[in-house]
Amino acid sequence: MKALYFAWVRERIGRAEEELAPPPDVATVGDMITWLKTRGEEYAYAFENGRTIRAAIDRIHVKHDAPISGAREVAFFPPMTGG
Amino acid sequence: MAVAPTIRVQSEPFDTATEIAALATGRTDIGAVVTFTGLCRDEGGRLARLDLEHYPGMAEAEMGRVADEALQRWPLFGLTVIHRYGPIRPGEPIVLVVTASLHRTAAFDAAEFLMDYLKSAAPFWKKEVLAESSEAGWVDARHEDQQALARW
Repeated sequence: MKALYFAWVRERIGRAEEELAPPPDVATVGDMITWLKTRGEEYAYAFENGRTIRAAIDRIHVKHDAPISGAREVAFFPPMTGG
Repeated sequence: MAVAPTIRVQSEPFDTATEIAALATGRTDIGAVVTFTGLCRDEGGRLARLDLEHYPGMAEAEMGRVADEALQRWPLFGLTVIHRYGPIRPGEPIVLVVTASLHRTAAFDAAEFLMDYLKSAAPFWKKEVLAESSEAGWVDARHEDQQALARW
């Protein structure tokens, strides 16, 4: 699946997107955040307050308990500040 | 007849009068047009510009979803939502909502609803670039913007 990062999540990780293949036990968005934090200190920094991070699956807002199976695109970003 | 909202995400500025005309010119049924324009302010001279980041594709989709919700709730004749991205300088417009209806109440209420929901659902992020130091920092989401949703 493709992972996308926006705003300070993107800056802290140091890239805007990447192709990822999470292990099978990573079932939900929340699991994915926990798994991503193990991938390096830049990820640990980006997700240090993981609960505040918002997510979207295939461009639809989801909560952290949403399953990621079948997702083509999972995006992680801070609370939005448009308008 | 179903109303198709106009949804645009663009880097270039927009002209409010042009957008009102696009919605209302040649029609004789509209009794009220309400517009809301959000502007980039300089925070007392502190701000050089805002850099707006967005999630292409999802931004349009969320704006469309909120617009459809407004069309279901209020009897609107037309609806336009424009949001800019990229560098925006103080005095320039960021966001535009135009609503047209038979009477003003629907147009006012729908415009307020749209802005409240766009702030919390449309994937845009503002970064402030300061005038003195050229330092940049991401704008924090405001608790009041979340609270504003409760009234709908």
